[in-house]
Amino acid sequence: MTRFILRRLLQSGIVLLGVTLVVFLLLQLVPGDPVRVALGTRFDPETYEALRSRAGLDQPLPVQYASYVGQALTGDLGVSFRSGRPVTAIVLERLPATLSLAITAVVFALLVAFPLGVLSALRSGSVFDHAARVFSQFGVSVPDFWMGIMGILLFAGVLGWFPPSGYVALTEDPAGWASHVFLPAVTVGLVTASILTRFIRSSVLEVLAEDYVRTAEAKGLPTRVVVVRHVLRNALIPVVTVVAVQLASLLGGVIVIEVLFAWPGVGRLTYDAVQARDYPVLQGAILLVAALFLLVNLLVDLLYARLDPRIRVR
Amino acid sequence: MTDEETVLSVADLTVTIGTRRGAARAVAGVDWSVRAGETLALVGESGSGKSMSVLAATGLAPRAARVTGDVRLLGTDLATLSAARRRRMRGRHVGFVFQDPMTSLNPVLTVGRQIGEASEVHLGLTRRAARARAIEMLELVGIPSAAERVDAYPHQLSGGMRQRAVIAMALVCEPDLLIADEPTTALDVTTQAQIVELVADLQRRLGTAVVWISHDLGVVAGLADTVAVMYGGRIVEQGSVDAVFAEPAHPYTAALLAARPDPDANVTELVTIPGTPPSPLELPEGCAFWPRCSVRGDSRCERELPPLVPVAAGHQVRTFYPRQSTGEDR
Repeated sequence: MTRFILRRLLQSGIVLLGVTLVVFLLLQLVPGDPVRVALGTRFDPETYEALRSRAGLDQPLPVQYASYVGQALTGDLGVSFRSGRPVTAIVLERLPATLSLAITAVVFALLVAFPLGVLSALRSGSVFDHAARVFSQFGVSVPDFWMGIMGILLFAGVLGWFPPSGYVALTEDPAGWASHVFLPAVTVGLVTASILTRFIRSSVLEVLAEDYVRTAEAKGLPTRVVVVRHVLRNALIPVVTVVAVQLASLLGGVIVIEVLFAWPGVGRLTYDAVQARDYPVLQGAILLVAALFLLVNLLVDLLYARLDPRIRVR
Repeated sequence: MTDEETVLSVADLTVTIGTRRGAARAVAGVDWSVRAGETLALVGESGSGKSMSVLAATGLAPRAARVTGDVRLLGTDLATLSAARRRRMRGRHVGFVFQDPMTSLNPVLTVGRQIGEASEVHLGLTRRAARARAIEMLELVGIPSAAERVDAYPHQLSGGMRQRAVIAMALVCEPDLLIADEPTTALDVTTQAQIVELVADLQRRLGTAVVWISHDLGVVAGLADTVAVMYGGRIVEQGSVDAVFAEPAHPYTAALLAARPDPDANVTELVTIPGTPPSPLELPEGCAFWPRCSVRGDSRCERELPPLVPVAAGHQVRTFYPRQSTGEDR
């Protein structure tokens, strides 16, 4: 078990190294000179050269990359071109906002999708099933930003139940955080819920047709036991993966939603960094997202081994 | 059928399954019964309705199926019972062994848990007692080191071991009836023989009635007391195994017996019955076997359904042209 985790962590490290290389090279292809953008109207050739050499941008590319990776290993992701603050601090201070939004959205999605998906599978072909299908079709086809805008108009504008945008830290004011997180989390969560509803429904339907479910019925077990112990235990194993992938992608920040709701998360940071050609911050944000993705995947693999005895952690 | 000893009897059982292309008559009026300690074999090709008639009788037919007829389990008319009471009869009074032990066990539960859970529900055992019971059952079906195997998952057992575990599962509440739906079809030949032997042995010891569904006439011959041959959703011949196998009266039964590969004969080609069974969507008006029949009498066979009539004591057949009981040209 420990060996498995260590090996996976090592693999994750290699993947992260690859991510830095790809991001580094991609940024070289992006048009625009970050130093020029940083200087703006205060441009003069001397300051320009000085800034370039301070940022190491006058060095050859392999040298730039090697020094970046070397510093990254010590936790130093460079300094922001725009604010001059350390990137590590900038990225990490955005993490709580993104984490709290992503987790709230996934919890909301599960609360909706689990009963909807399971019940529509158990009563497939019923009115309930059709209604659930319309809901999930709606959720996957309507753009989230449109739903977000409608949510703001209705709940913040007309009804005035929730603030239209902004962020309050959970640790400072839980009630304020809850009222601010509600609209963005529901907006993001509805999309996730639609995807999960469909997936859970088809997974449960598939297991219902399994021979061992008939065996369980042949034993005369009460329906509740058949459904919970035999159907759901099996049907939810693949659902774990889908939930994890959804969570991981939300951890990358939902850029449109974060911008729409003025939510100071990683997505918003990425957006601003692109606008300002703030390469160090952009690299740092992407690196963080990649690391979170790998972490979630590792946790899923460990969870899988616990849920499915056929899988051995070696 | 009101015999004290009768465990399960079905009368005029029909199963109609609604499909997109219309109603399919999977079972078209079937009567059979099985008594304590006795083995009834239901024989037929795939789609002949043999499994469906048993599943329908015990309330395991698919949801799309409409079941009519009189089903009595231990003298109780199942139609008068609530769905919950009917469910409680399963597992407690009827145990099931299905075809494929690879798929009929839940992959994420230990075999011990799966064997014990019916005894928790029906006999009120605690989880601990159910586990002890599961070990006993594993020993009964001849699984070595049962105390360790009880915590094994299905994928850790071989096919034969799994089928033994499934049999242990079916018998855990000492049911009056064991339904074995092609339990050896998915196993290799050596294991098949062991499973047949095991069921026969357990039946002798426990006095359980057995309904054995099979298309393997060789297995049936060595195991069953009575046999019912099904074709196109109906019983075409019924009687004691000795009578039916020695003197098959229906052309279909005779053809089935002739199609058995004979290990002594030096033949290069297997004997087959030409044609395919009728679709349950469009069962013919007359004899369902008529299009494939070698006797193929007059147009009466095509238009009129032959009744099930006795040819000898305890031997009935559904044909206008029963083969003469000379025993020749077998």
